[in-house]
Amino acid sequence: MSRRAARPLALLCLVALLSGCSATWGWYVVDPTTPRGLVNLRFLVSGLGYTLGLSATAIVISVVLGLVVALPGLSARRPLRMASRTYVEIVRAVPILVLILWVYYGLPVITGITLGVFWSGVVALALSDSAFQAEIFRGGIQSIDRGQYEAAASLSLGYRDTMRYVILPQALRRILPALGNQLVYMLKMSSLVSVIGMQELTRKANELVVTEYRPLEIYTVLVAEYLALILVVSAAVRWLERKMNADERR
Amino acid sequence: MTAFAPAPSARPDAPPDAPLISLRGVTRRFGAFTALGGVDLDVDRGERIVICGPSGSGKSTLIRCINGLESVDAGRVEVAGTSPADGPAALAAVRARVGMVFQQFNLFPHLSVLDNLTLGPMRALGLGRAEAHERARRYLARVHIPEQADKFPRQLSGGQQQRVAIARSLCMQPEILLFDEPTSALDPEMIAEVLAVMAELAATGMTMLVVTHEMGFARRVADRMVFMDAGEIVEQGPPAEFFAAPRSARCRDFLTRILQH
Repeated sequence: MSRRAARPLALLCLVALLSGCSATWGWYVVDPTTPRGLVNLRFLVSGLGYTLGLSATAIVISVVLGLVVALPGLSARRPLRMASRTYVEIVRAVPILVLILWVYYGLPVITGITLGVFWSGVVALALSDSAFQAEIFRGGIQSIDRGQYEAAASLSLGYRDTMRYVILPQALRRILPALGNQLVYMLKMSSLVSVIGMQELTRKANELVVTEYRPLEIYTVLVAEYLALILVVSAAVRWLERKMNADERR
Repeated sequence: MTAFAPAPSARPDAPPDAPLISLRGVTRRFGAFTALGGVDLDVDRGERIVICGPSGSGKSTLIRCINGLESVDAGRVEVAGTSPADGPAALAAVRARVGMVFQQFNLFPHLSVLDNLTLGPMRALGLGRAEAHERARRYLARVHIPEQADKFPRQLSGGQQQRVAIARSLCMQPEILLFDEPTSALDPEMIAEVLAVMAELAATGMTMLVVTHEMGFARRVADRMVFMDAGEIVEQGPPAEFFAAPRSARCRDFLTRILQH
């Protein structure tokens, strides 16, 4: 993490700890110097694997799906464009929470397929995000100059080669900040999967609150967990952006 | 200079004296605007043609119809007996014979010069890496920038970029090269280096159609001048006659204006 990113995080922790001095806070529930606090903290952090696994799986699927939806959206053929448009409009209109509930409770009834908590979460998040990814890809691809297509055509490159070697590598560089945004968004939205019982960060916090009756302290730790996670991811995306730009300027 | 020599390509079903490129009644409209209004043109193998005319006269559209970058609304384009409008296979066959150099170079900015040059030969012609690299370096040497192979386009001057673009076209070993105002985006001091490369290319017998306002180049290199105005070919002929005694008033006006400065 960069030093600039670390500063606001440290500040937030400081404020939280200082306010713990007043009587209304009870930091003992998450005090790592006591056995009880340590057990509780370990319990809270144990959701990290699911949060990361869910978000990472969902973002990979949504990027691929987004590209698959975006490409026909740029076709010269109207039915293909319409199909892409329809998908984006419908999927974008469904709230993520509703989609999670529908995939988990509705899908098995209609199709007989039971996905389980993790894959229901992945499918719902990936579907929902794919509509946005498709729009991001469409914007990125449309921003590439027509001359690039014409140069590729005059070199006898077909559609696939033109996309793979000429258009997408350039589009990807341009949409990287937006993709980073979506990744952060995905990490945050993964908290919603707690409603169907997925043992990720938010669910763990909820369960601990029920046994410890200390929502303020526990949810503050939860905030810090997401904040730390997302600052790390943001820094990683920035690093990737710089690296790609450096490659181009070499 | 043998590297420039076009590959032999005589089609068995095409008579040997048939023109390499043939345009018949080619019409192209953009909405209400008629960019080309029924143009006829034949180009023989090895001919060097310079197309000039006021902006918006249809020069670029004309050469873009030859390799199918523009579709035609009426009429027929044929390159060695094949029309780019006859489906994807025919279009690919035409584009394999026709290279193009653009006003804005259109190099691939994310690829090194060498990768710009090898992409077409490797992906479209199926050349191996070693062979494609060897070919790329050979043509880079032909355009006098062998030392720039590992640079990226943005690190080069405009003149160097356009020479890379010419080398990139040559790597596909086309029979015909189309130039769409190749020096119009260049600073004056870089125009000469690009024109010099084009003149060398012309000396090798490459069939060339060049849209340009560089009348000095036209005089030295062209076999035939074509003057266009308002989507039509108004006048054509050998450069000596064309410049000395233009027949039409429109052509005379244009030449007076362009040669004044």
